[in-house]
Amino acid sequence: MVSTVSTGSTTGSENRFVYAPALESRSVVDIRSSYGLFIDGAFVDTEGGRSFKTINPATEEVLAEVAEATADDVDRAVRAARRAYTRVWSRMPGRERAKYLFRIARILQERSRELAVLESIDNGKPIREARDVDVPQAAAHFFYYAGWADKLEYAGLSTAEGGPPKPLGVAGQVIPWNFPLLMLSWKIAPALACGNTVVLKPAETTPLTALLFAEICQQADLPAGVVNIVTGAGETGRAVVAHDDVDKVAFTGSTEVGRLIARTVAGTDKKVTLELGGKAANIVFDDAPVDQAIEGIVNGIFFNQGHVCCAGSRLLVQESVAEEVLDRLKRRMSTLRVGDPLDKNTDVGAINSAEQLAKIRELSDIGEQEGAGRWSPACELPAHGYWFPPTVFTGVTQAHRIAREEIFGPVLSVLTFRTPAEAVEKANNSPYGLSAGVWTDKGSRILWMANHLRAGVVWANTFNKFDPASPFGGYKESGYGREGGRHGLKAYLR
Amino acid sequence: MTPPTDSRVDVRKTYKLYIGGAFPRSESGRSYVVNDSKGRFFANASYASRKDARDAVQAARKAFGGWSTRTPYNRGQVLYRVAEVLEGRRTQFVDEVQRSEGLAKRQAEAAVDMSVDRLVWYAGWADKIAQVVGGTNPVAAPYFNFSVPEPTGVVAVLAPQRSSLFGLVSVVAPVVLTGNTCVVTASADRPVPAITLAEVLATSDVPAGVVNILTGSLADTAPWLASHMDVNALDLTGAAGDADHARQLEEAAAENLKRVLRAPAAEPDWTKEPGLERMTAFLETKTVWHPIGI
Repeated sequence: MVSTVSTGSTTGSENRFVYAPALESRSVVDIRSSYGLFIDGAFVDTEGGRSFKTINPATEEVLAEVAEATADDVDRAVRAARRAYTRVWSRMPGRERAKYLFRIARILQERSRELAVLESIDNGKPIREARDVDVPQAAAHFFYYAGWADKLEYAGLSTAEGGPPKPLGVAGQVIPWNFPLLMLSWKIAPALACGNTVVLKPAETTPLTALLFAEICQQADLPAGVVNIVTGAGETGRAVVAHDDVDKVAFTGSTEVGRLIARTVAGTDKKVTLELGGKAANIVFDDAPVDQAIEGIVNGIFFNQGHVCCAGSRLLVQESVAEEVLDRLKRRMSTLRVGDPLDKNTDVGAINSAEQLAKIRELSDIGEQEGAGRWSPACELPAHGYWFPPTVFTGVTQAHRIAREEIFGPVLSVLTFRTPAEAVEKANNSPYGLSAGVWTDKGSRILWMANHLRAGVVWANTFNKFDPASPFGGYKESGYGREGGRHGLKAYLR
Repeated sequence: MTPPTDSRVDVRKTYKLYIGGAFPRSESGRSYVVNDSKGRFFANASYASRKDARDAVQAARKAFGGWSTRTPYNRGQVLYRVAEVLEGRRTQFVDEVQRSEGLAKRQAEAAVDMSVDRLVWYAGWADKIAQVVGGTNPVAAPYFNFSVPEPTGVVAVLAPQRSSLFGLVSVVAPVVLTGNTCVVTASADRPVPAITLAEVLATSDVPAGVVNILTGSLADTAPWLASHMDVNALDLTGAAGDADHARQLEEAAAENLKRVLRAPAAEPDWTKEPGLERMTAFLETKTVWHPIGI
């Protein structure tokens, strides 16, 4: 067993490396002062005339005014999507649809630098993550589903009558702010590949990459109306979901809104997929490779400021190694660099909004009040913008709210267990079931755990891995339906 | 320098073999006259020998380790790149296919366009074929059991004799897409588009040795490829209609139990959607067992 050097809340802060700033240039992006809606292939004004501001959460600087789509605007968008579906897209051979998607994939690759910087500015996420995860994954997603467009008959699906699968029609899609471009890709790529047209609403705090994506659709000469982007907040989203001529609703976001959507579509013929919240258990056994496990725990909860639905927000450690794991985890947390998202050294960026910051603060305060031990490394937070230090709670019990509710921030709750059966029991003791992590050297145990965990994705000796070929989605109140892979096609075919 | 006039003498290209990413002449020093469809001189092409065939196999084997362990996503990207670069040379290919096959311009254009589309079609399969032909097997014991397709190795491909580009692309793409490497004998009488395709491959991120192209007579190369002990599989499409020759090659292939895709009675209609057969013919299935338990 490796002995730990020292422990305590200030460990690491004295011998912290000093980094020279390595700022990514903003000059590659050109943010307009205002944006309209993207309907029927063109940017148009909203009929309501209202707009909202999108800001840089790292500085609170206003980036642009963005149109707020009304129910009438959504109706225009749905009508454009229907026209494009009937007249163009559903009639086009899969082979030709594929080429448009390949084009989009290529343009995403060509303009990757611009997209990464814009995503970082509008979302607050570290440029390193936008550059290395969000944008390449988005392009890969289009590339993957482009290939399916003319191969749908090989996917093992069929209509209820037994014939080859058919598109659904117009898809209404509502996406969150944590991975704006990537979630857009998860929604639009399979929908288009299967022959549907879409009306997509990006999150109100992160509309800019979706609007840049609209330009990319123009650059790719995508037929008008195939992709429509309506910006706005909850009301706009409601209008998309409730529209009578929408055949399919796809939503990624909170479980609370997911429930509302499920109620809204009740009694209709609309197909629905929901990718909702999570409270993933990251389970570390005593034989786990500890160094990798520590990296996995850190990646699991601090990646993207913990704004990840499948974040490993509950650490379950086997009792015999709990102390060692915790010491090492704290030491590692002390080396995390929190700050300017555009600095290439930054590990943890800004919290996406004031509202989200308030929620993280509130739940963390409740954690303390309920008796859990709170710890954060010493770290200087910038004066402006929304920031929250990486935080770990120890002595957490299953009854604590921080062990039950999704915090959606860089906050980890640590619990312990003795046997595999107890680990499973605790991991599954959640209304959520999106993902789980297992750390052990024993292959048979990984598979035993995987069989018993009620979660849609199980990562073994790794965490937060995504690939266009790999299905993703939850059990229980984490939603239904799968995105990604061959299974992801089912959500857009009948 | 004065601008060119009507009396300018054009610079003609030497057509050579494509082996290990380079364009060598045949080691035998031989070449042969390729005429166009109207019987007029088109080019001198290299006449590959037994030694050239063996060199090509060696190059293909050397490339196999790296190519087969690339991610399927990456192989898909590379194949898509081939399609992009081929599209960029559309005019040249239309001209060469037209002269080689005696097609009307519109037909030659269609052949080139379909070649691009076929490459794109196969590019999309790279990270999907395993999801369609692989899977988990629910064995009746506490084991996790799954099967994955893996490339067979070095494949010798006798490319079709008639369809000089579209047919060629239709047989090469499914072989290399899944991670195999290959030695291809081009159409003996219509080799020019194949050598131009080699130039496309050489500039499209396809690693050296993944595709090797031989021109010349089948009689001088095919028997050596069929009997070569380091070739794992044989595609006899190019021997279509010559049942005796095809049988002899299949007999030779039996020595090290090469996987053989038999010669059809006549050259296939390449415009039909191919299905999975040309990919699965050159795939092995690997099944993995692992216990499940605490």
